[in-house]
Amino acid sequence: MSIAPRKPPLQLALRLKRALGGKTGWNGLAAQIAFAAILAWIAYEIVANARTNLETQHIASGFGFLNYNAGFDVNLSLIAYNNSDTYWRVFFVGLLNTILVSVIGIVFATVIGFTVALCRLSPNWLLSRIGGIYVEIIRNLPVLFQILFWYLAVLAALPAPRQSISIFSTFFLNNRGLIVPQPVSEPGLYPFLAALTVGIVAALGLRHHARRALFERGQMIRVWPYVLGCLVGLPLVSMLMFGWPLKFELPQLKGFNFAGGARIIPEFVALTVALSTYTGAFIAEIVRAGVMSVHKGQMEAGSSLGLSRAATLRLIVVPQAMRVIVPPLTSQYLNLTKNSSLAVAIGYPDLVSVFAGTAVSQTGQAIEIIAMTMGVYLLLSLTTSALMSVYGWRINRSMAA
Amino acid sequence: MTDISASSFVRQDLVAERAAPAKTTGFIGFLRTRLLNSPGNILLTILGLLLAWYIVVPALKFLLVDAVWSGKDRTACLVEKAGHEVGACWPYIQAKLTQLIYGFYPEAQRWRVNLTYGLGAALLLPLLLPRLPAKGLNSGLFFFAFPAVAFFLLHGGGIAGFGVSWTAGLLQLFEQSIGGAGDLLVNLSKSSAIAPLLWVLGKVLVLVGLLIHWLIFPLTWLRDQLQLSALPVWGDFLVTAVIVSAVLFVLGGGMRTGRRALIGSLLTFAGIAAGIKLMGLDRGGFPIVDTRLWGGLLVTLVIAITGIVASMPIGIALALGRRSSIPLIRIFSIAFIEFWRGVPLITVLFFATYMLPLFVPGNFAVDGLLRALIGVAIFTGAYMAEVIRGGLAAVARGQAEAASALGLSWWKTTSLIVLPQALRYVIPGIVNSFISLFKDTSLVSIVALFDLLGSLRASFSDPNWSTPTTAFTGFAFAGMIYFVFCFGMSRYSLFVENRLNAHRRH
Repeated sequence: MSIAPRKPPLQLALRLKRALGGKTGWNGLAAQIAFAAILAWIAYEIVANARTNLETQHIASGFGFLNYNAGFDVNLSLIAYNNSDTYWRVFFVGLLNTILVSVIGIVFATVIGFTVALCRLSPNWLLSRIGGIYVEIIRNLPVLFQILFWYLAVLAALPAPRQSISIFSTFFLNNRGLIVPQPVSEPGLYPFLAALTVGIVAALGLRHHARRALFERGQMIRVWPYVLGCLVGLPLVSMLMFGWPLKFELPQLKGFNFAGGARIIPEFVALTVALSTYTGAFIAEIVRAGVMSVHKGQMEAGSSLGLSRAATLRLIVVPQAMRVIVPPLTSQYLNLTKNSSLAVAIGYPDLVSVFAGTAVSQTGQAIEIIAMTMGVYLLLSLTTSALMSVYGWRINRSMAA
Repeated sequence: MTDISASSFVRQDLVAERAAPAKTTGFIGFLRTRLLNSPGNILLTILGLLLAWYIVVPALKFLLVDAVWSGKDRTACLVEKAGHEVGACWPYIQAKLTQLIYGFYPEAQRWRVNLTYGLGAALLLPLLLPRLPAKGLNSGLFFFAFPAVAFFLLHGGGIAGFGVSWTAGLLQLFEQSIGGAGDLLVNLSKSSAIAPLLWVLGKVLVLVGLLIHWLIFPLTWLRDQLQLSALPVWGDFLVTAVIVSAVLFVLGGGMRTGRRALIGSLLTFAGIAAGIKLMGLDRGGFPIVDTRLWGGLLVTLVIAITGIVASMPIGIALALGRRSSIPLIRIFSIAFIEFWRGVPLITVLFFATYMLPLFVPGNFAVDGLLRALIGVAIFTGAYMAEVIRGGLAAVARGQAEAASALGLSWWKTTSLIVLPQALRYVIPGIVNSFISLFKDTSLVSIVALFDLLGSLRASFSDPNWSTPTTAFTGFAFAGMIYFVFCFGMSRYSLFVENRLNAHRRH
């Protein structure tokens, strides 16, 4: 006969204690109740005070104001906007401008950051010193200081349009901003884009196929000519068949101003330059730390296996360094996006500037508008940190395997 | 044997000396190995030299060679007057120096600002040098006494009472708020579906309010008596000193071990009394200087130091809360930290400027500078919490377990064993967040406070000094100030880091 194991005692009281008060038991429960009471009291005070204050100031709370006419102009908008549009539209105009400056800033910051990091890692003494000085100077000055410096000192000192600084006669820099050639779409644009998309997809497919062949059967397939053909050849064929995809309209000086071309407002130029150089300095330090975190033995092991220096870097050093680089790099991207809110200091119409600035002073709906603005940034950073946890989890999994 | 030796060859003459290997040490060697060792590197060196040439030379020319050093107004810095290309316009800085350092602080009262700067430096420097003793006393003075003294020095004004009055006032406010909430609920219950519940809750709150009222009655009575006496501040001070010292004596172990606590408390109160007497706080103190007159470096430093001092306790509390095993406190801490870390500082400052005044009672006007200070303190506190949490995680688990094996309570384990070690680990991290705090203080210029950057920007609009080089000169000067502070702090953080890791070096 078999002896059935005795069931563990139910211990209801203990489980209840755990569920209600955590590890500390009844004391924890008491602390929680006291804490909740204090929070409730503070919340009550805030709500009650806000109510009386709003009543005395005759401000109606609620989000109804979003459908009112804004009645002010915005000097840069990616979507159609005029001063009879609603505050909702203002919100989206500001949001898109924030995204615009963030994305462009992130691209430039990454380029600057990696370049400076390469300089700092270079065996050339002078170059690494120059990189080091750049990083030290930029990192030890406030970002708002730099934005104002570019806007109030550098861009304001530029000459009037007639004396513009010309770069290859295609870009013109003056105190009204940067004049660039404007791309105008031609009939060949859509076939070109389609061909490019097909090319990219096909190239990715080929790469996948080649890797599978290598990992599963040990076959080395040479795919790069085909990949190149997909990426360059297909768009080229489309261009031959349908003509140029884009035409660039060059700016020309006519009288006191430029005709043709697109004008990038100076606020945008100042903000992009300041944010990308500032964040670039931080990215440079992150990249340098990442590369230096790879042990020297890894490089030596690679060359003892007979790999070339480039192959060692590409296959051994960079993948390991990327694991260290990516999480802080993302947080720098997030910082750049958050710092773009300093646009309000120079009047670039980003979310904070037009929505939390102009709209608040016009409607007085401070609570709703600032809550919405904070919500946008909060959503962005929570999404990023969620993605980063997934990334960290995948890295951990691949390291464990 | 013989034929081998006969056929062996012995060289008679010396081998010619080989040329010495290329030198890799000294200056020449350095040039050879680090700058010119390959064609690519030579190219890079030339590029670097060109870059340095085109940046360093114009910068030096602007700051020193072409600079104008003396003058009365803008004409001194114009090309026509100077007769050469004009660089930095230093007389402009001379003219605006007081504004950049003190703002519009009244000239007769500026010694108070200078005294505060001096006091701060005298307390901070010994705190930063690890070699000097009495760190506990020093940090106590810097983190608790200095902010209070600085407030009365810079802002001015006196006090009407002391501990007893303040506590009584605070508790009375609490009691009124509870009673008000109870009345509100009772009123609300007349027109609600869950009327009985609301009514009961309201009545309970009113009852609690009444209870508090009677509990604090001795305190309020004492306060009223003290306020009627001839010397309200000193009477109140004496009563507070006696009560606090007695409580500390009893808590410290009575006659057996409480003497230390008693002496410490009495000495502290003696120090406070000296401070009150010296600044004449019982007789109204110094003349009040409105914070709207403050400006320049003063505001920058006030915000930075307040942020540093206030963010430490907030950060420690939040970090402990985030590691707490009590679910509600943990969830609250996580939400609080993640919320403030997720939004840009400028929206926090907007929140503090536009929303905070709506959240406090209407008769309670919050000063503009104070609003910004609250915003900065909360924001930095959230970042500090994450830094300190890292330190708490770095303390080996066995430390806390050993402490509880010795029978120490959670509070004692935390304050005596875990926190001191954790804070030591994260000193570099704390200094780094101070650097970013110092840089972030410039943002208050957006919410209409005139810090260093705000004063600088305001000075640009002075027509007396508007020249083509004014802006560059101003930015060069302010940039040097910011750089010196931030660079100094970052070097200090490296120094401490090296010191802390001294045992790991070989």
